[in-house]
Amino acid sequence: MSAADVPSNWQRLHPLSPLVRTGRGVIAIVVVVILPLLSSQKGSLSSDLIHLGALAVILVLGVISWLVTRWRVEGGVLRVESGLIRRTSERFPLSQIQAIDTVRPGLARAFGLSELRIRLASGSGKAGRLAYLTEREAQTLRTRLLALSQGLAETAPEPPAQALLTVPTGRLLASILLSGIGLVLELAIAALVILALVAPATAAAALSIGAASLIGLVFGFFRRFNDDYRLTVADAPDGLRLHSGLVETSAETIPRGRIQAVRMVEPLAWRPFGWCRLEVDVASQKSKGRQDRNQSKAARALLPVGSHEQAAALVARVFPSLPDARLAPPARARWKSPLRFRLLSWGANDRYAVTTSGRLRRVTDWVPLAKVQSVRRVEGPIQRRLRLVSIHLDTAGRNVHAVLRDRDRAEGAQLLVDLPNRCRQARLLRK
Amino acid sequence: MGIDADVSGAALDWSTPSPRLRVLRRYEVLATTVGALAVALAIAIALDATTAAVVAAVGVIVAGVIADGIAGRRVRAWGYTERAEDLLVRRGVMFRRTSVIPYGRMQYVEVTAGPFERSFGLATVQMHTAAAASDARIPGLPAREAARLRDQLTSLGESHAMGL
Repeated sequence: MSAADVPSNWQRLHPLSPLVRTGRGVIAIVVVVILPLLSSQKGSLSSDLIHLGALAVILVLGVISWLVTRWRVEGGVLRVESGLIRRTSERFPLSQIQAIDTVRPGLARAFGLSELRIRLASGSGKAGRLAYLTEREAQTLRTRLLALSQGLAETAPEPPAQALLTVPTGRLLASILLSGIGLVLELAIAALVILALVAPATAAAALSIGAASLIGLVFGFFRRFNDDYRLTVADAPDGLRLHSGLVETSAETIPRGRIQAVRMVEPLAWRPFGWCRLEVDVASQKSKGRQDRNQSKAARALLPVGSHEQAAALVARVFPSLPDARLAPPARARWKSPLRFRLLSWGANDRYAVTTSGRLRRVTDWVPLAKVQSVRRVEGPIQRRLRLVSIHLDTAGRNVHAVLRDRDRAEGAQLLVDLPNRCRQARLLRK
Repeated sequence: MGIDADVSGAALDWSTPSPRLRVLRRYEVLATTVGALAVALAIAIALDATTAAVVAAVGVIVAGVIADGIAGRRVRAWGYTERAEDLLVRRGVMFRRTSVIPYGRMQYVEVTAGPFERSFGLATVQMHTAAAASDARIPGLPAREAARLRDQLTSLGESHAMGL
């Protein structure tokens, strides 16, 4: 595709955007208006008028918001202007792009539209959203922005990707059934079934009380299934490409150099199958105030469920040359962390640090030393009695940071001197 | 306590917050104690229970004295030292924390002074990195020292800058 596809003057979003954006609200209101009309003809006219009025207002507001929103790319900056009364002009420097995601909710897919989300490292943690563009437009713009963010010519074609793996649907379903939310849902359903067999009246009462939370659980379950459905990981020169989704599909590229940490989680219930989950953390500020779901959700699953071999291969793609040596904490740490003790360890080479921990589930964190923002030593009252300290390696990621838990005090004092030096060396090594 | 020595083995030279911070914390504890005392006495008088009033008053005063002692220890626990490549900040009595923040990781420096701090001529300096967990806050610095530290950190941050 050529640059002519994306001219650099002011652009509008797709005209159907307001409809798709307010889609859920419109559907809800239509249901509220239509259902009473169908069920009983006696629905009071005034309340219907109010509903229709609300619908009209929402649509008009959406159209106005669409009319006053425009965007352009110029001089290495993506600019988005929006707002009628309070104009906001957002500027996203392309050199700071962490990742660009393509999100396509079910309704948008029906119209062949997709949304681009531009994630930056700095600022208020706010993402740039272009909702919605046609699929072709979104694809072209994404390629172009990614090329610009890496200092390539903006007409550079998207580098070819090499597909690494796809998560089988059966395994994904089984893994969610065996995860926290799945187990809670199964228990709730089993309890209801048993109750219905023993005392149907009580079951009906319980169902009516717990209906809201049950629906919430089902939605949560489905959301997880949808988010990771047929997740495909591909390796491209500009980063890892993730593609997933059943109803709402999303495609992300995670630039390799921007990964702040990788975490491998092995829940207890998955262990008989030898499964694990791999998450990556990219730089972003703690979300302030209300954020949309996709931004505030936990670290992106690079591999929602997979074997150890798959996980090891992926980690090796992201972080080559990982440290092998694992140092166990002193035996007296057993008194401080009786459940965790068995799994506590850490290791480092000149580029990466690795820590393992976890009570029931096993958690392994890898952090590139070059990404460490600060080193902290924490000594709690129990640890002091046992002459233990914990060392934290803080990164710019949202949820993963490595903790060297319960180390000997002398070792901790030495680490507090060594680790900042090693981080500095690692940064120099990278240059 | 303390680490601790530098790589060279030389003891680190920790700077501490102004002694006026100790006075400020004492006033804060005093204000809370007086407030609690007033409430306790008001309730006791309303219920017309003299013995309870005396017990409550003594209890509140003892709690105030203990809180003052803890506040004092916490003020003494704060310390910071500027090394060639990084800033060291230590704090805490129960949970002792020591942070090492390389100047190059600094994103910005924030100097804040609330109304009470200002009336004591004090300010709080906080160094922010890209990691939310980084803990580099130093309260109760004399305004002049706060300004010096801010300028120093800013210039060191610029010369060591290394991005994400």
